[in-house]
Amino acid sequence: METAHRKHPPYLLIWLYLALLTVAEVVLALELPMSQSMKLLLLLGLAVWKAVLVALFFMHLKFERWHLRVLAIVPLPLAAIFILAAISEKIW
Amino acid sequence: MTHATMDMMRPPAPAEPGVQAYNLKLGMWVFLASEVMFFTGLIGSYVVLRFGVGEWARPGVVLNVPLTAFNTFLLICSSVSMVKAYAAIADGDQKGLRLWFLLTILGGAAFVGVQAYEYLHLAHSGFVPSGVREGSELAERVAAGTLPVATMGLYGSTFYTMTGFHGFHVTCGVVAMLYLYIRKVLPGKYTQHDYRGVEVVGLYWHFVDLVWIILFTIVYLI
Repeated sequence: METAHRKHPPYLLIWLYLALLTVAEVVLALELPMSQSMKLLLLLGLAVWKAVLVALFFMHLKFERWHLRVLAIVPLPLAAIFILAAISEKIW
Repeated sequence: MTHATMDMMRPPAPAEPGVQAYNLKLGMWVFLASEVMFFTGLIGSYVVLRFGVGEWARPGVVLNVPLTAFNTFLLICSSVSMVKAYAAIADGDQKGLRLWFLLTILGGAAFVGVQAYEYLHLAHSGFVPSGVREGSELAERVAAGTLPVATMGLYGSTFYTMTGFHGFHVTCGVVAMLYLYIRKVLPGKYTQHDYRGVEVVGLYWHFVDLVWIILFTIVYLI
């Protein structure tokens, strides 16, 4: 039987990145002496990096048509607005 | 055997007009968009509460970070096994689909198991949704001043609400995958030309992984 094989993204490499980034997060949070705000920024950056890797490669957004990408991205600015609004209400 | 070039997202079923995705997949994406807003509500509330009050327990003092880091790794592994199951059936490999799909279910079940163990351990040490249980080991640390007494109630309620809802999502995913495994994967009903169920449940599973990546950082590390 003839079977067509597609070329897939390097899933195991992405898995390795995710594992290493998780280790980096834990070391950063528990071991490295650093100012709290710098730690916060770096940890959030690493988390977003990992989330983007999952969305792009495991959820295949990198290879989707733009219509579907828009559908996936639309809730993100709304989410950011909600959180910022809640924070700003607390500040003011 | 032929080797096609990258055409990952050629739908395994006829695409619908508009967004050019089949209905099941489009429906899952719309559902995931609503889930983003659901978790935004939880995370947003946590951020306001967490940073609106003064002191908060430091990372690793109450919660077991190494254990949860291991659990995060488990979920990442189950996410990669899910995508490997997807890749296997896209190549027409039934054996690969069965193996990777089963590993995904086991990974998800292990995650829930570790989370249940964590909850039991935390409750035993005195960390409960209402804060700190009187007479517990944690209550003594609060009395000694090593933990902030004022915010432990908030800490407990936000921690159990966020991780509990996420755990519920993981459990739903495991049940859905188990159902698909028994009814569809084992009898070989998915083929190289139609594997919509694998792709759609995979999207849900990766989303659950993605949410945990954010929650792990916000709840356990910051």
